[in-house]
Amino acid sequence: MIQLAVEIPYWGQSLLRVLGGLVAVLLPAGTIVYLFLFKMMSFMQSRLGPMEAGPYGSLQLVAEVGKWMQKEDLAPDQADHSIFKIAPLVVLTSTFLLVVVVPFGPDAYFTDFAVGVFYGLAVASVSVLGILIAGWASANKYSLLGGLRAAGQLIAYELPMVLATLGVVIQAGSMNLQDIVVAQNTGEIFGFGGLGNPFVITQFLGFVIFMIAVQAELTQPPFDMPIAESELVSGYMTEYSGFRFLIFFIAEFATAGVFAFVASVLFLGGWGVPFDWFGWNNIDQVDDWMNVVGPLIMFTKMLVLTFIIMWVRFSFPRFREDQLQTFAWKVLIPLALANTAVTAIFKVAF
Amino acid sequence: MPDKPKVPGLFKGLGITLGILKDTVVDGANTVQYPHEKEAPPIRARGVIALHEENCTACMLCARSCPDWCIYIEGHKQLAPPRRAGGKPRQVNHLDRFDIDYALCMYCGICVEVCPFDALFWSPEYEYSEPKIADLLHDKEKLGEWMETVPEAPDLEAGANKK
Repeated sequence: MIQLAVEIPYWGQSLLRVLGGLVAVLLPAGTIVYLFLFKMMSFMQSRLGPMEAGPYGSLQLVAEVGKWMQKEDLAPDQADHSIFKIAPLVVLTSTFLLVVVVPFGPDAYFTDFAVGVFYGLAVASVSVLGILIAGWASANKYSLLGGLRAAGQLIAYELPMVLATLGVVIQAGSMNLQDIVVAQNTGEIFGFGGLGNPFVITQFLGFVIFMIAVQAELTQPPFDMPIAESELVSGYMTEYSGFRFLIFFIAEFATAGVFAFVASVLFLGGWGVPFDWFGWNNIDQVDDWMNVVGPLIMFTKMLVLTFIIMWVRFSFPRFREDQLQTFAWKVLIPLALANTAVTAIFKVAF
Repeated sequence: MPDKPKVPGLFKGLGITLGILKDTVVDGANTVQYPHEKEAPPIRARGVIALHEENCTACMLCARSCPDWCIYIEGHKQLAPPRRAGGKPRQVNHLDRFDIDYALCMYCGICVEVCPFDALFWSPEYEYSEPKIADLLHDKEKLGEWMETVPEAPDLEAGANKK
């Protein structure tokens, strides 16, 4: 992880990794819930949101977590109990597995994985299993329908997401997320290196497709057909209460944060600043202070991206189920395929 | 009407929510933080029903017209001194009990409408919740206290004849 002057024993490194992972997943989740879900949504509806717990309601989240923890852990009689109880953990685990490949600085990463993009997209789809398990094991028709809808939606939007990422991978010439960051920050736009070359410029279509797919992967409105409360109560989460519901809730917003991390690595230049500014040429010359500034830059970019996700969430009404599927298969996937093809042609031609 | 430049609906929607966000930050929210600050209800708001005891003749019209049967009236007849010297003593209804059970009341206001002697009034006061449901039964002393909160009746329109 972070190279210090002293040698850290293996168990110490592992402990640091676990703590770092917890911070990298839970800190964005808490920030998103307070800043966007509690405050921004309220302000967009011309009200103040929670104001009583702590200054400006900043401890509301602590109160909510306390409330959920003390609630009874209910499971329906007919449910498949052991599997029913595992399901939320499967969903949350996929988030923790995903954050492992995200680099936060030149030396601040959990693992430097050569096929990080491949691995990340693979573990991100594990959450579908958790949701399907939750829907099936609840022994409830609303849960089952919600789980099936979620599975259909998550599989449909996985494709444009993968294809949008493919454009970035082709342009960077690497599947390692660290290499993708370096490629963006050492790149040049027509010989001008002052901005680097964040792929959001060349891959703008890919960026838009990726963000739409992320929105759908997170089942945030307008893609919240799986938990459409007016018809399915709460979809696959209907039968969950207390701590297990809390885990689903955390997973929803933690995944939003982690996907925003991934999107900022793929498209916005990740932890880096354009290397030209400080006269660095490659990753080995990057100064050590980037290990501290890098995570802050990542956090800022994550906030910007989740702001967009939440802004869209609070503005638009929900898609109908058939519109949702049509949009993925007939619009996003062809566009993403075309984007990939054009990127590949440019890559070979220049 | 000149055509405005067309903005796609999607961006218009985003603009609206962002606009309200800006308004809330700059001008404050449309809501009030209730226990700390209170909204003044309109003067004709239906908060609680007040009883002007002197006007009540225990005629039972309100109790009989109440859809919820939440008004309890008891009275007895008694003799009152004559109006003029040398006259007969009058027989009047005396009100012993007048209770409204606000746990049952649905605030339809029929009792206020039906009262022929102007003994019942709407008051905009709304803070009278109780920890115990039995305490929502307001007796005639308590209903009389609400009279203080009843606003003045608005002036009649010009040209209306007053009986």
